[in-house]
Amino acid sequence: MKRLGPFVFERELVAPPGRVLAVSLAAVFLAFFSAGLVFWAYGVSPLLAYRTIFQETLLSPGGFAEAVRRAIPLLLAGVGLVLAFRSQFWNIGAEGQLLLGAVAASGVALFVPLPAVAKLPAMFAAGFLAGGLWAALPALLKLRLGVNDVLTTLMLNYVAVYLVGWLIHGPWRGRSAFGFAYSDRFPPEATLPLIPGTYVHWPTLLLALAAALLAWWGLERTVWGYRLRVVGDNPEAARYAHLPVSRVVASAALISGGLAGLAGVGEVAGVHGRLLDAYQISLGYGYTAIIVAWLARGNPLGAVLTALFMGLVFASGDVMKVALQMPFRVTDVFNGLILFFLISTERLLYYRVRYAPRKKGEG
Amino acid sequence: MRNVSKRFPGVLAVDRVSLEVYPGEVHALLGENGAGKTTLVSLLYGLYPPDEGDIFWRGRPVRIRSPQEAIKLGIGLVPQHPLLVRAHTVLENLALGMPSGFFFPTRGLMRRVGELTRRYQFQFDPGARVWQLSEGEKQRVEIVRALLQGAELLVLDEPTSVLTPQEAGELFRVIARMKEQGEAVVFISHKLDEVLAVADRISVLRKGRLVGTVRRDQASKEELARMMVGRPVSFERRRPPPAPGPTVLEVSGLRVRDDRGLPALRGVDLEVRAGEVVAVAGVAGNGQRELVEVVTGLRRPEAGRALVLGRPPYGRQRPRIAHIPEDRRRQGVAGGLSLAENLILRDHDRPPFSRGPLLDRRAVYGFAAEQVRRYQIEPPSPRLPARLLSGGNLQKLIIAREFHGDPELIVAVHPTYGLDVGATEQVHELLVSRSRAGAAVLLVSEDLDEVFALADRVAVIHGGRLMGVVDAATADRERVGLWMAGVEA
Repeated sequence: MKRLGPFVFERELVAPPGRVLAVSLAAVFLAFFSAGLVFWAYGVSPLLAYRTIFQETLLSPGGFAEAVRRAIPLLLAGVGLVLAFRSQFWNIGAEGQLLLGAVAASGVALFVPLPAVAKLPAMFAAGFLAGGLWAALPALLKLRLGVNDVLTTLMLNYVAVYLVGWLIHGPWRGRSAFGFAYSDRFPPEATLPLIPGTYVHWPTLLLALAAALLAWWGLERTVWGYRLRVVGDNPEAARYAHLPVSRVVASAALISGGLAGLAGVGEVAGVHGRLLDAYQISLGYGYTAIIVAWLARGNPLGAVLTALFMGLVFASGDVMKVALQMPFRVTDVFNGLILFFLISTERLLYYRVRYAPRKKGEG
Repeated sequence: MRNVSKRFPGVLAVDRVSLEVYPGEVHALLGENGAGKTTLVSLLYGLYPPDEGDIFWRGRPVRIRSPQEAIKLGIGLVPQHPLLVRAHTVLENLALGMPSGFFFPTRGLMRRVGELTRRYQFQFDPGARVWQLSEGEKQRVEIVRALLQGAELLVLDEPTSVLTPQEAGELFRVIARMKEQGEAVVFISHKLDEVLAVADRISVLRKGRLVGTVRRDQASKEELARMMVGRPVSFERRRPPPAPGPTVLEVSGLRVRDDRGLPALRGVDLEVRAGEVVAVAGVAGNGQRELVEVVTGLRRPEAGRALVLGRPPYGRQRPRIAHIPEDRRRQGVAGGLSLAENLILRDHDRPPFSRGPLLDRRAVYGFAAEQVRRYQIEPPSPRLPARLLSGGNLQKLIIAREFHGDPELIVAVHPTYGLDVGATEQVHELLVSRSRAGAAVLLVSEDLDEVFALADRVAVIHGGRLMGVVDAATADRERVGLWMAGVEA
């Protein structure tokens, strides 16, 4: 029991779902509030900013479609991270895995002669594989040698960024690029169709929703998912029960990286149509996906909502840039604030707060 | 303490308990787990305030708001598991509990420690590092720390749970000397024999209430047990020795290294036959864990082998072994998963619980409902996260799971550690009935009462070596105790 002024905090063993929702919303609200302070310091009225954002994203069809477009990579990578985190593989490398997926897809799009119908499926398959392997490497290091997965996955992000940079400046620089650092355009059969009037590449969207559904079903209804949940909940018990712990963690890592890789395929084939600078392919989707997975609290279906929410945050960044002349990177500030408040309110989930002022005479 | 109550959300942990302790008295608090012993003492030690009632110290009402205030009054607590800095010396640990200035108070402290050890005749090396000490020695450090702080009332929380019989004997002598010096001692325990051996008066708690306080010379074991459990309990040995069946577990020439690469077992031979209970007695940390891990296929031996029904205990073709693990919460369950999901931990990958890669949830929950009824697991809700179960019910869950499918070998490690008398009885009955049905049972326990109540043969290991094996029916307890302490006898 702890005391803070007239409030008493009592520890509990379970966090009721209502409180999880309330605390998460409170964290998001605190982030909005603090971001408002940043807006104010920037010289923009927070109320005006939020009203503009609200009108231009939720109330305008075009704005909402933008949010959905941003949510696609977040959902794919986020679902993967949910699985990784559930298995206690602390994958901070979705960003790099996404880029590797983009690289592999670009390679197939530009250099592999294939019949037109096979082109996109081959790109997705290559992207999944490349992202998966990029995550399997640190997983292997962790399982075989006990190397810290947070560090290795994070470091591989930078390797991926420089790999993309080298490719677009060097061997893959487009002949039609006139000195700019990006690849040639993909042939038409290697680009994804859009929902008319928007930039939403719907095949990737469907893929992302299917991934969320499949991941949920896999976790709850298959032997593989059961083992993953046991391993993630208590690795000691998994070992005691002779479960194949390494195989389970490795598979979660592979799928996690693979889904991030698919997100990368969607970005190059659905949005840009070519391989370009790493910071243009991904606006930090791989990092934001960590928030998506965290907010979803281990539930792949929850990631559908949280990805959409973070997609809205990105779309708001666009609005702020265009309508309020603020830098787009304000979204980073906002993402950081959300993560900060989520993590710092985490412990509150297990406390019941009671109003109980001190009686006289009690210290 | 007069009419003291403490309510936690959902339970009345201590319900209007009154208790008096006098100088020079050893007062035992006896009760099952969850009876409120520890809560009652925590109120005394200032860990939480009582909701009702008053505490009097030397006739004056006092409010004890923190352990610091309790210490200032002269109340000391020796916790069940010593809280010491392992890498530091005994003296440095003692200094931690003292009010001190900037400089390390070596000389003054040495003098006072010396005085105390003379007065109470402690065997004690203040320069030793804590990690080198046995559990009994660590406990003595805690006692000295409390005395240094000026304790006149010393509370010992389940002090014998980590000691060998010899160490417990030494502790009882220390308690006797403290009594002579006029100290008051509160001794918490759920073991009847030691309470009768050491206490002047005995207060029995049950479900938060004081059942009664009796003087030792007016108390009997049966009477105390009845007060504690609320019904008569029998202490009869259970059965005649079994007809020996075929060998189920065969351990020969086993050498094993522990996690740090140090030798844990140095050549152990042992066999367990069908229908037989063999107990491995010994103080924890003498190779029992490694023995269990090898027998259950979780660790590979360096030399020698352990075969179960002639097969190695690991790999795809491993025989079915029931393993009741040492630490049921840390090892035995995935606490975040439901009760039902924990019940299929062994069998989740075979019918009826799964077909191919798919789980059959109906079969899983049907099985859970059945097992919950059969083993009387409380609360009977298959969807409840397993970590919310109490120790006894968690153990029933583990037993239900491990006994499913009639395993021919049962490895039970400290199966009743921390359980109350009722749950202990149930666990014992379950083990006995499986062994009657023909299972071989390897029991690892530090509790000699349990060992002699259940085992047909008793093996003692110390320092990774088998000290000896005796028939339980004819064994001399004193000799087993000496073996546990590493003395050839």
